[in-house]
Amino acid sequence: MLASCADPSVLEGLGWLLCYLTSGTHIAFYWSFVTVLVLLAVTAPVALAFGFGGAVAARSSIWPISLLGRGYMAMVRGVPDIVFFLFFVIALDQGIEWLTHQVRCPDWTDPVRQGLEFRVCPQAKVPPGNAPQVWHQIYGFGLAVITFALVFGAFAANVLLGGMQAVPRAQLETAEAYGMTQRQVFRRVLVPQMWIYALPGLSNLWLILIKATPLLFLLGVRDIVYWARELGSTKTSVYAYPHPDWRLYYFLALLVFYLCMTRVSEILLGRLTRNLSRGQATAAGEAQRKAAGGVA
Amino acid sequence: MSCWETIGDYAFRSLGFGERLLPRSGFTLCQQVTLIGSGMIWNVYFGIVALVTGFFLATGLAMAKAARSRWLRKPAEWFIFIFRGSPLFIQFFIAYQIFVMLPRSGIEVFGMTVATSWMTKAWAGALFVLFLNTAAYSAEIFYGALQSVPKGDTEAADAYGMTGWVKFRKVLWPTMLRLAWPAYTNEAIFLFHATTLVYFSGFPAFQQKGDALYYAQYFVDKTFNPFIPYPIVAGYFILLTLALILLFGAMNRRLNRHLAPNQRPKLKLRPQLVR
Repeated sequence: MLASCADPSVLEGLGWLLCYLTSGTHIAFYWSFVTVLVLLAVTAPVALAFGFGGAVAARSSIWPISLLGRGYMAMVRGVPDIVFFLFFVIALDQGIEWLTHQVRCPDWTDPVRQGLEFRVCPQAKVPPGNAPQVWHQIYGFGLAVITFALVFGAFAANVLLGGMQAVPRAQLETAEAYGMTQRQVFRRVLVPQMWIYALPGLSNLWLILIKATPLLFLLGVRDIVYWARELGSTKTSVYAYPHPDWRLYYFLALLVFYLCMTRVSEILLGRLTRNLSRGQATAAGEAQRKAAGGVA
Repeated sequence: MSCWETIGDYAFRSLGFGERLLPRSGFTLCQQVTLIGSGMIWNVYFGIVALVTGFFLATGLAMAKAARSRWLRKPAEWFIFIFRGSPLFIQFFIAYQIFVMLPRSGIEVFGMTVATSWMTKAWAGALFVLFLNTAAYSAEIFYGALQSVPKGDTEAADAYGMTGWVKFRKVLWPTMLRLAWPAYTNEAIFLFHATTLVYFSGFPAFQQKGDALYYAQYFVDKTFNPFIPYPIVAGYFILLTLALILLFGAMNRRLNRHLAPNQRPKLKLRPQLVR
């Protein structure tokens, strides 16, 4: 905070706005944008890993594993995402507490579900009741990441399975004819080639993931939507910076933030598609080859 | 209290009929299924009305985006980008803030007072946002289909001397619909899913008249047990999704009835998530 902001009541015009926008709560607001970016940065690889695992499991020749993979992919279809988000967080939270309860308090006799309440022994509270506030926030954020990764992993599994199936059979058969084992075929031929087929679906999923981040607000994380509502609401003269209801402007700022994220992602993903298409046996790869003056 | 009485009391609770107080203790499965089902009325209402009205705007937007004139193309492109590029959640918040800012007493237009207070109610305000949103998503689908109308079809229309409205009505539009239909089915399904966001995003539920998820959340808040209400919502939505697939499948067959059976495109549910 700037030194000139010590007494906001005497400020006017641009100076007031400058001080207002650098107040402590606004700094927290700016940090919440970082929260969203961190969520994206953490969730995307984890969801991709879940999706990869799901797709590999669904392709497995052992049917219980295949069933598990297919069940995971089918899970999130047909049901509104928001139901999953609300359900998973509570279910995960209670599941974790129930497990720690079983481990730490084996001789606890009261039932865990007492009518309307879910009650575990005090030692099994996650995070512990006396932990500092920051741990509660980190725990909530962690739950959110797992929920996002689980739901988006199921969608990524769908896309990756489609990509794996789109790799031309001849490629795999050629690799087998060279004497590669199944594992080698998978690692050296299938996986490197599947990305270009999976990329349109994955790009779409990334754009959807960006637009899903306001749901953090529903999960109780203090994200940008929370702060926009908090800061924008009417402030009476008891506050240092009184102002009328400015929520509209805060939400417009969020809108611009999301539109910029979408636009930048579209441009970067377009470049990635061009790079990955190079030398591939797809229409885009063929067009690049012709444009570069290759033999027709 | 028997289950039939509960159904009598709560089946139309979301519209404001029947018992005024929501159940407060001793929640039975029957109460949860009935009340959440009552909330589904709103989800179906939002979905159907937004889809039907959005369809016409989407067709117009797709034509505008495909137009040669910059003055038509640019606004359509921006409209589609803004509604597809930002979260529906934020759109709901912004729309609610704007509707609240409208003067309470109404706006004077040519000496007549246009009432505006009803726009802050979910049934109109949220519907308006959903209408614009689905129009943008569908317009992008229709635009893509319009671009892939076979060249031979348009050339044949030209050869018959068709122009303007007749060409659009007889050749372009039916082919566009036929090509867009599988993707449009997905859009319809996910529009219905998106209706669950309405009461989570600014629009208040007056007198506890909410949608399916609103009541599910009510039960979870009261019982701390997410394992019954949310699966009930999920079950209702799976039924709704199946009904939509049946309906859109029938329309798909009608749109493609002139093609040989092996050339008819099949409807395929493709995953798509949040908007």
